[in-house]
Amino acid sequence: MAKKKTIRTIPQERTPIREQPPAERVRNFSEVACGYRLEDAMREAERCLLCPDPACVKGCPVSIDIPGFIRKILDKDARGAYDVITDTNLLPAVCGRVCPQENQCEGVCPVGESLEPVAIGRLERWVGDTAIAERWSNLPYIEPSGFKVGIVGSGPAGMACAADMAKAGCEVIVYEAFHQPGGVLRYGIPDFRLPNEVIDAEVANLVKLGVKFECNTLVGRLFTIEQMIDEMGFDAVFIGTGAGYPSFMGIPGESLSGVLSANELLTRCNLMRARDFPSYDTPLELGRRVAVIGSGNTAMDAMRVSLRLGAEKVYCIYRRTRAECPARAEEIHHAEEEGIEFHWLTTPIEILDDGKGSARGMRCIRMELGEPDESGRRRPVPVVGSEHEFECDLIVFAIGTNANPIIGQTSKIRLNRWGYIEADETLATSMAGVFAGGDIVTGAATVIEAMGAGRKAARSMKAYLGLRDTDVVYLPPRKGQEGKAFGIDLAERNFVRVRVA
Amino acid sequence: MHEPEQAPPFEIVAREDFSDVTYLLEIRHPLMAKAAKPGQFVIVMAHEHGERIPLTIADFDRDKGTITLVIQAVGKTTREMQQICRVGTRLYGMVGPMGLPSHLGGAKKVVCVGGGLGVAPIFPQARGFKESGAYVIGIVGFRSKSLIFWEKKFRSVCDELIVCTDDGSAGLKGLVTLGIKAAIDKHSDIDEVVAIGPPIMMKACAEATRPHKIKTTVSLNPVMVDGTGMCGGCRVKIGEKTMFACVDGPDFDGHKVDFDDLMARLKRYAEEEKKALEKWQETCRLSGLVPAPSRASAGAPPA
Ligand SMILES: Cc1cc2nc3c(=O)[nH]c(=O)nc-3n(C[C@H](O)[C@H](O)[C@H](O)COP(=O)(O)OP(=O)(O)OC[C@H]3O[C@@H](n4cnc5c(N)ncnc54)[C@H](O)[C@@H]3O)c2cc1C
Ligand code: SF4
Ligand code: FES
Repeated sequence: MAKKKTIRTIPQERTPIREQPPAERVRNFSEVACGYRLEDAMREAERCLLCPDPACVKGCPVSIDIPGFIRKILDKDARGAYDVITDTNLLPAVCGRVCPQENQCEGVCPVGESLEPVAIGRLERWVGDTAIAERWSNLPYIEPSGFKVGIVGSGPAGMACAADMAKAGCEVIVYEAFHQPGGVLRYGIPDFRLPNEVIDAEVANLVKLGVKFECNTLVGRLFTIEQMIDEMGFDAVFIGTGAGYPSFMGIPGESLSGVLSANELLTRCNLMRARDFPSYDTPLELGRRVAVIGSGNTAMDAMRVSLRLGAEKVYCIYRRTRAECPARAEEIHHAEEEGIEFHWLTTPIEILDDGKGSARGMRCIRMELGEPDESGRRRPVPVVGSEHEFECDLIVFAIGTNANPIIGQTSKIRLNRWGYIEADETLATSMAGVFAGGDIVTGAATVIEAMGAGRKAARSMKAYLGLRDTDVVYLPPRKGQEGKAFGIDLAERNFVRVRVA
Repeated sequence: MHEPEQAPPFEIVAREDFSDVTYLLEIRHPLMAKAAKPGQFVIVMAHEHGERIPLTIADFDRDKGTITLVIQAVGKTTREMQQICRVGTRLYGMVGPMGLPSHLGGAKKVVCVGGGLGVAPIFPQARGFKESGAYVIGIVGFRSKSLIFWEKKFRSVCDELIVCTDDGSAGLKGLVTLGIKAAIDKHSDIDEVVAIGPPIMMKACAEATRPHKIKTTVSLNPVMVDGTGMCGGCRVKIGEKTMFACVDGPDFDGHKVDFDDLMARLKRYAEEEKKALEKWQETCRLSGLVPAPSRASAGAPPA
């Protein structure tokens, strides 16, 4: 049994993670952070106070039993830790890498009041990576329920919903418009932050649960949501089509060559492998001096990808300051280390033509922070007379996205006034049996929130189908709990097939 | 390998070569054949390393369950497809139908204009208008007589057909705009002109109809990646607005389209395209020299 720990007895320093040195990594697409080794994880786990009323669990959007899995690590029981995490989070190897932990679990960890908080994300990643390396997966005993569930979009929201519905015994088909599954994890987030093998492993886990992936399928146009319910025999449908439709600023010069959205840059580079052009056929405009407008995760990814593609200089142009910058702390830190030049309180007002139809630079204006706006952040206002020119040959917009219109165009489902799908607190939409979650409901958010939404929708879907909510049933056998077969509480077999709707 | 029930997806079931640059592929996709409507397009990937290219649906056969694409071998991908897409092989991917279907209702008398790579895609529109009861005047443009295809097919859905050739070897000598002029001179009650073809042609068509204030619809073909509204690569200027051709189009009001912007944006990857084409031709040349059986060396990149 672990002794009582206090803030003074635990290791004071956060266990560092091995990283590729900046000078080296800007020339490759391999992962930047190499992950903990067993001894690193053990040492970092020591720093957890195992609070009886843990704040971190409340800070986690899906309420992972964080002290629970850390205790398993201390017991050298990685498998046990994996089981604890996967009770609530399907994709630990992904979330450990991409969650904004500083605003979630780690942000409220009391160790963080005097020292650096416990590196929960890194521990979670270590558990997830260990599971992938050891090929663990938690395959529950699945009793077919006879229901067929369709999932539209294979991003984190769709994957999470698919997993839960498959576990509830439903036949699950995931439709994806792209030729590969994964959503933003695949086309947006670059390999040096989230390697493809991790996504492949998570997709393979779903396939093991019996989930079928059908790529190259544009729902809405190939068949509609209505057809899925009325003609194709789906008992319920989940829509997780993500945000799309990148915004531009509407300033002069935006259609010049050398101006593109971060989504386009990242999709070409990551999904289509334009970085290996011409071995892969998809081309990519390369810039010597690249300016990225915006400073969220998407912007950071676009900048760091540009560096790796060989840009000499990469600038971040943001109209607020570093304090308002919405990207994960680690990404900003890595971007700084890699030599990205930040221009805070600056915004472009025009893109300049080189006379041959390409961008040669931007005219920018400086900003200062004024009164707080409705988001509570201080609104940037232009400084009169601060116009200046800025030389660059590739300009990337990463200033947010609008709702993807396809499902709205092709079905009668109700949208809100911004075009996102309207869903109530159970994530039910205006159509019976159709649920929605993730970025297509909330607007661009985070991986873990999308995943949480997918699971929440699955819960509602089970209620709709009259399936008993079986979240607790799939815990693996624990000592002293005998009345169970294959880890399933016999009393909880989901053979109740009463349709409530 | 036996797969009795499930035939491989995206199988090429027929091919026809209209000339040494234009070829037709008929691809099996029963669901898509059921869903496709005139004006829509697909995005095709020829193989795993391929790029995603948009192609307008030239025809669909709900009974046979096939989608027809007519392709001009102009760049690396379309030339490579010309070489590798044989009957019985399959595409790596084909997704669609994409884009808003054309509005075919309402018009009583329409002119459907197709030139270059737009000849085939104008066919389903002409047929659609015909089926909705309109009087259809077809205008198709080719470089010369020997390149003409689908004339009979067009005649079966058009009340009048005007063929134009650049060299005058068949029909009217001149561009399709000459045909439009002839049609307008003859008919004072044209409700709509639909034009599909290279941007320069569509621009000329829009200019030809502008003085007559005839509604003119064009189908835009910018560079695309996803085709789902996610990347913005396909953005076009329509009047004051920026729109994404893949989800807001591909049909737009020809009198509002900024064609110069479209043409400039189509050249975005011209250099890279050229590089890819050259590399591919080099690979072909090298592998052509390699004795046939050694497949490994044929596939290997040039040393
Ligand atoms: C570059 C980038 C970096 C990011 N970095 C982070 C990060 O570090 N941490 C973090 O927490 N969040 C990050 N995010 C945000 C996060 O990725 C998203 O919030 C999350 O992926 C949303 O998940 P989703 O399942 O709702 O949608 P998506 O991941 O967008 O998946 C939707 C899928 O649906 C498909 N689709 C769309 N329409 C259709 C249709 N009609 N038919 C079939 N399929 C369709 C799409 O092709 C796509 O694959 C980042 C986002 C981007 C763009
Ligand atoms: S899922 Fe995210 S928020 Fe929750 S514990 Fe893991 S890293 Fe923290
Ligand atoms: S092709 Fe990407 S948005 Fe249209």
